[in-house]
Amino acid sequence: MSSEMNVSVPLPQTTPPLVMIRALGLIAAICGLIIVSAYQGTYDAVQENKRIAVERAVFKVIPTAKSIVEYWALPDGQIEKVGAGGAAQQGAIKFYAGYDERDALAGIAAEGAAKGYADSVRILFAYDPGQQAITGFGVVSSRETPGIGDKIVTDKAFLANFPLDAKVSNDSLANEIRAVKNGSKTSPWQVDAIAGATITSRAVAKAINDTAQALVPRLATHLDKLKDKP
Amino acid sequence: MSKTDRWDEFMEGVWRQNPIFVMVLGLCPALAVTVSAVNAISMGIATTFVLTCSCVLVSLLRKLIPKEVRIATYIVIIATFVTVVDYLIQAVSLALYDALGAFIQLIVVNCIILGRAEAHASKNSPLPALINALGMSLGFTLGLFALGAVREILGAGSLFGIALFGGSFQPWVVMVLPPGGFFVLGLWLLLFAALERRKQRKALEVAQHA
Repeated sequence: MSSEMNVSVPLPQTTPPLVMIRALGLIAAICGLIIVSAYQGTYDAVQENKRIAVERAVFKVIPTAKSIVEYWALPDGQIEKVGAGGAAQQGAIKFYAGYDERDALAGIAAEGAAKGYADSVRILFAYDPGQQAITGFGVVSSRETPGIGDKIVTDKAFLANFPLDAKVSNDSLANEIRAVKNGSKTSPWQVDAIAGATITSRAVAKAINDTAQALVPRLATHLDKLKDKP
Repeated sequence: MSKTDRWDEFMEGVWRQNPIFVMVLGLCPALAVTVSAVNAISMGIATTFVLTCSCVLVSLLRKLIPKEVRIATYIVIIATFVTVVDYLIQAVSLALYDALGAFIQLIVVNCIILGRAEAHASKNSPLPALINALGMSLGFTLGLFALGAVREILGAGSLFGIALFGGSFQPWVVMVLPPGGFFVLGLWLLLFAALERRKQRKALEVAQHA
């Protein structure tokens, strides 16, 4: 390469670093302002939407419920109303107590999640302390295959699995709630899987079992307190 | 800028340079969220918002942005409007938010938006930038709708959630699964390629006769 060629190439114009920092800083400030105002402006609507979504899901699994109260079931066996001071403890399980129009306990709902075929299947199930049974469930979110895995909410034979026995013995359920192969259900705590959607059926059973094993025994001693709406 | 110029600028993205069918850009959301017409249009509106706002802001700030850091600046601006649209969709409908899933956040890396900011908005004043962005957005939304409508009709037997064929229809489930997205996109690309070829042949015939 000759020295003449080097001379003929014009030096690229460079921007001083300070100018770059100033421009980036200014743009970041404008963007920050836009984001914060969007967050503030939508906060109430988003929270309201979330509350309505939870309420709707709980009312669906506890059909006689007219109002709900949210609780934490703490690992030490105590229960505490959500928002009654103090952040959620490690291992605390959130549950929703549903009350009917006379403010009597209609049922208890809690969330569970387990790995399904495509992604984690999140469900909300209802526990009836009177029957000591899981009376039904609804899907909170799932990416299961349309027409196959999503049959868990429409398949009549699958829904006939409920109520599922959830009696307590010592500090856990007397019997593990689990899915069995289609047509081989023999006990009231077994879930008869849908033929062709065994993995999704298993996820539902596991999601219920995982939460119920920890939650239901904690509830037993507090049923008097939960019986009437506070 | 005359009226016809503006119309040309607008139609550029809607038809001649349609982001999906001609430039074949932004295919990640185009294939992933188009399982129903409603999802497709919602995604189109979200992208429209981000694209137009980003292009106008980039165009307004174009003299201030040093060229060495322009890509970083564009990404910051695009990410800002994606965050805004994320909050807005949550405020409008959580069901819609869940249906669109991660693809709202992924608008940040939608190459149509960065491409428009770099190729058009950074070189033009806000009005042409806005018109061009609106045209591109409409073209993208139409493309998504063309995919979403066909997939919903074949895969679920409905359009906008309204059943079209009555109870005896057996849905063609593969159409709402990922492979269906590729099938339908392929067919639309075939149609557009055929139209383009016919136009070229006609132009050639005219040239030969002249």
